[in-house]
Amino acid sequence: MPERRYSKTHEWITVDGKTATVGISDFAQAQLGDVVFLDLPKPGRKVGRGEAFGVIESVKAASDLYSPVNGTVSAVNDNLTTHPELVNSDPYGEGWILKVDLTGAPPSDLMDEAAYKKAAEAGDH
Amino acid sequence: MPKRTPLYDRHVALGARMVDFGGWDMPQQYTSIRDEHFAVRKSAGLFDVSHMGRLNIEGRDAGKFLDSVVTNDVAAVQPGHAQYNLMCREDGGIIDDLVIYKSSPTDFVVVVNASNREKDVAWLQAHLPAGVAIEDRTSEVSLLAFQGPRAEELLPKHTTDTRDLLYFGFLKGAVAGVDGYIARTGYTGEDGFELFVPSKQVGDVWDALLENGRDQGVLPAGLGARDAARLEAALRLWGNDMDETVNAYEAGLGWTVKLDKGDFIGRDALAKVKEGGPSRRLVGLTMAAGDIPRHGAAVMKDGARVGTVTSGTHSFFLGHPIALAMVEGPSLRAGDTVSVDVRGREAPAEVSKLPFYRGSAHSATAPARN
Repeated sequence: MPERRYSKTHEWITVDGKTATVGISDFAQAQLGDVVFLDLPKPGRKVGRGEAFGVIESVKAASDLYSPVNGTVSAVNDNLTTHPELVNSDPYGEGWILKVDLTGAPPSDLMDEAAYKKAAEAGDH
Repeated sequence: MPKRTPLYDRHVALGARMVDFGGWDMPQQYTSIRDEHFAVRKSAGLFDVSHMGRLNIEGRDAGKFLDSVVTNDVAAVQPGHAQYNLMCREDGGIIDDLVIYKSSPTDFVVVVNASNREKDVAWLQAHLPAGVAIEDRTSEVSLLAFQGPRAEELLPKHTTDTRDLLYFGFLKGAVAGVDGYIARTGYTGEDGFELFVPSKQVGDVWDALLENGRDQGVLPAGLGARDAARLEAALRLWGNDMDETVNAYEAGLGWTVKLDKGDFIGRDALAKVKEGGPSRRLVGLTMAAGDIPRHGAAVMKDGARVGTVTSGTHSFFLGHPIALAMVEGPSLRAGDTVSVDVRGREAPAEVSKLPFYRGSAHSATAPARN
């Protein structure tokens, strides 16, 4: 099981060879509340690190989704079209959002679980 | 520091996400807004609404006094019944919407919005005649809302029989052995009850309602589910769909205004609005899945801005987004197409009849619109 790493903007990635899987953290889904819709890019779209690649709508608000990596979208989770609630119920499994073919090495400064947990709790006043 | 209701510890223990609402730390959701909302529509949901203000108004001229400061006809209400009302400024702007419960011609309970409580008390005090007293009972008396098509059958043991209680009626009685008042009122569009119980014992009543409904689909429900349910039922929210710059006719609440009942604050201004017709009004909008209209979003027609979304959400129950919007002019009709700004894009919306959903409250007997 590849290690999950986190961005400051609450996305996570796991890397398998040259492909990163991207989702949002359990903390983020809890903050958002019930997810009702995701506006996602099509495969083939190039994404840059820190770039907004889509929008996630919860009952409360719309939020941008940011790519933690540089690369090209190779797959999007089509199940989220009909079951956006998977992001809430299984954010690290069935609720994955994108797969990205990495350009270059994955960024080295993403946080591990412990560091992310600390950062998220600190931000959750 | 936001205020806490007597059930605060129970909300936290149930895993609620707490949010500041009208100066109170209240549960937004316990598990999922979707699940809690469905509980309200299919079985029953239990809400702590103790943040709302409860004012006792008593005295020989209490009824006459209330009639002088609200739009509806309080004198016409029978004891043991409640009435929806607006309290207005001289210019007709809505200070608050409130429900008046009439125990007797000299004894009333008024339930007001949490965020307006102090303002309302000050307004009432400023117009109070001799011989009428206001007492703020918000701390001593807690308020639960038990709402859903199965609410009546799922009331716990040692609760007074409610089968003869009419919609918008109330009675003095026991809930799970605790003495209080049971009112067939609510803010979800469903049948159900609002329960006035002493704050010292509200925890016992809360526990009994959840325990009794545990295997029947009853869930504790937060403000998220409450907002979704009220919006489907097109029940207005003060601060979103109306405020002091909006009058009753604009808000689609002209039915609460009884111009011929005698003088009341705002009457002359409202009579003028009625004569000329409101220059804008609240309409319903439905949109396609994914296009979620948010509070404040622009409403456009033929390239020109015609209004603003006042409340909007994704309705899990209906399966698509819904909104209330304040739009200029009288020309829009159900079925007309407009567009709403969604994340910087003009998304199509259809003007819809209200309410979006007619729940079990409407099958209850006796008119609520008295």
